[in-house]
Amino acid sequence: MSSKFGYTKLDSGTVNLDNANFDVAKKVAQQERSFTYCIACGSCTATCSAGNFTEYNLRKIQLMVRRGEVEPLRETITRCMLCGKCQMVCPKGVSTRNVVLQISKLLKQPVAKEQLTDKLHPTDDRKI
Amino acid sequence: MKSVVIVGAGIAGIEAAAKLTKSGVKVFLVEKEKEIGGHLRQWDRLFPTQENAQKVLEDIIDGLDNRAEVLKNVTVQHVEKKGDKFEITLTNNRSLTTDAVLMATGFDTFNARRKEEYGYGIYDNVITSTELEEMFKTERVLCTNGKAPERVAFVHCVGSRDAKVGNRYCSKVCCVTAVKQASEVKQLYPEAEVYNFYMDLRMFDRKFEDMYHEAQTSCGVQFVRGRLSEAAETKDGRLQIKAEDTLLGKPLKLTVDMLVLMTGMEPCSSGVALAKKLKIEQGSDRFFNGQNAYNLRNFTSTQGLFLAGTCTGPKTIPETLADARAAAAEVLSYLTK
Repeated sequence: MSSKFGYTKLDSGTVNLDNANFDVAKKVAQQERSFTYCIACGSCTATCSAGNFTEYNLRKIQLMVRRGEVEPLRETITRCMLCGKCQMVCPKGVSTRNVVLQISKLLKQPVAKEQLTDKLHPTDDRKI
Repeated sequence: MKSVVIVGAGIAGIEAAAKLTKSGVKVFLVEKEKEIGGHLRQWDRLFPTQENAQKVLEDIIDGLDNRAEVLKNVTVQHVEKKGDKFEITLTNNRSLTTDAVLMATGFDTFNARRKEEYGYGIYDNVITSTELEEMFKTERVLCTNGKAPERVAFVHCVGSRDAKVGNRYCSKVCCVTAVKQASEVKQLYPEAEVYNFYMDLRMFDRKFEDMYHEAQTSCGVQFVRGRLSEAAETKDGRLQIKAEDTLLGKPLKLTVDMLVLMTGMEPCSSGVALAKKLKIEQGSDRFFNGQNAYNLRNFTSTQGLFLAGTCTGPKTIPETLADARAAAAEVLSYLTK
């Protein structure tokens, strides 16, 4: 009805914890207990190679999973190259690479190695 | 006359000794360093009211009278409880027999070299909060090239809240010390840019929030919520640091002339060695546990063996002094019962 008069309805940008889906958060925490240790210091993001060039932010990704905001992560999560620098600097000992792997798996997204081989195989016959 | 050995002549040991001697107890105050006063000797001014640290220390030491026998440059070599008495041998071969022992062994400052990624001991102009305090004392806060720093960054939680170095606990006093020191740098060099990198700002005590307010307003200190991942030396010998500005959600880098590491507290290593001989229980943070964390904090499971000061965990100066007086009162009731 409102569109008839030129109005559109905006989706709320509010994080609605009443209707949030915490399945991914619960499963990641089961698979990798250290996922729950994060105190949001941002050391991972500070040292992240992907984060220096793209919008990839591991601190935010972990927080979004915890808040049930997983849909926007489907593309983002694939940007990680699993270099592991985040794991070296984390003061809480979060196994960040496994956290990324578990989130990728739960969102049915390829992880870094799979992406690499997928890309290499069609054009390159040499074994890597 | 009843007697007690107090191990450690930092402010906890001195304050407890002063209170006990006033009540007619003979005190042997044992100190491993050549001077008494502990870590406070290195300090210039104190939070929250910028009191002169050496003046405060002198006042505390003035409380001692001649019934306290101060033994410097010695440590406890052997200690054993026999019946109701403690038999103690010092490293100078002197033997003491006393009715009680008060542990006031305090803390060691975290060795900043262990956080190699921050470059302490590798790059010039990476200093600790203690070293900055000593610079304030001489009124010469300068880079190694003799120039005044134009940009200074403070790193909170160095060796604290860090599982990688085995210290999961908060050292409690570094946040407010960083706010104090950052403000002092701005007062010394109003043109300098000063940044504090913190994970959480723990302004828990009276006047601390006011200090934070002053630092941000009249002093113009910048606060960034993010922990440093690393520091690296630039070609021109400055220091480039990396963090995430977690409130902005973006990685951040900054080049500074001086990097100050807010090193935390660890239980004093020689105190821990002695505590093990005395079978004093330690927490997972290695600080000593009293009988409980509330009303029996100064008691151990051994009758006549007491605890005071930062050996039971990080404390501010007023908290340390209050804890020392409380311990002295408990020692006194034990000796006079």
